Amino acid sequence: MTTEVDKNQKLTMIVFDGDLDKAMASFIIATGAAAMGKQVTMFFTFWGLNVLRKDESANVKKPFLEKMFERMMPRGPKKLGLSNMNMAGMGPKVMKKMMKEKNVSSLDELIEMAQDLDVKMVACTMSMDVMGLTQEELIDDLDYAGVASYLSEADEANTNLFI
Amino acid sequence: MNSDKLLDAKGLACPMPVVKTKKEVDQLESGQVLEIHATDKGSESDMVAWAKTSGHELLAQEQDGETFKFWIRKA
Repeated sequence: MTTEVDKNQKLTMIVFDGDLDKAMASFIIATGAAAMGKQVTMFFTFWGLNVLRKDESANVKKPFLEKMFERMMPRGPKKLGLSNMNMAGMGPKVMKKMMKEKNVSSLDELIEMAQDLDVKMVACTMSMDVMGLTQEELIDDLDYAGVASYLSEADEANTNLFI
Repeated sequence: MNSDKLLDAKGLACPMPVVKTKKEVDQLESGQVLEIHATDKGSESDMVAWAKTSGHELLAQEQDGETFKFWIRKA
């Protein structure tokens, strides 16, 4: 027996990259879909996990290489770079200024909006392990799962994106 | 056209007009009409798509200068 899920009512998404622009696009689609009444599940894996990091260090004890990764990767939405025209961090500053002028929501606001609309956010535990990120370092209210959970949810959806 | 509530989404960029519309429609009773004002150029087709997918009825739409106006009846 399979459970009855209306495929038109579900969207799944893999957020693989940790760039500001790609994260923005992911959350705009996620909040838009949720506003259209869809059930939305976002899976964050590899660099995408950086989108979910808290601003401050959680001071978790970890091996040297993992500590290096922790230091070198962007810590949360405010620190993300652009996939194009990053220009050593100048690009995102300019982009944020332009977004503000055009009244476009910031990534922080979009994430908050997604949570408010009950978008389910899942962190991939395998990539957390590889990159040495712990639950304490990620924002609250996340689910933690692996590939089978993602595939099972994708199977119930009629739209599935990889960003 | 008569409406039960007005949503002023002027100045808001995608996806906020549809997100705010959803939230307002959630507050309404079935059959009530929400009037939406938006300036986001994409909203002209976005509100049509939103109503179609979410199952609510787009009663009318018009453009008044830079402002797009929509009337949506909750299903």
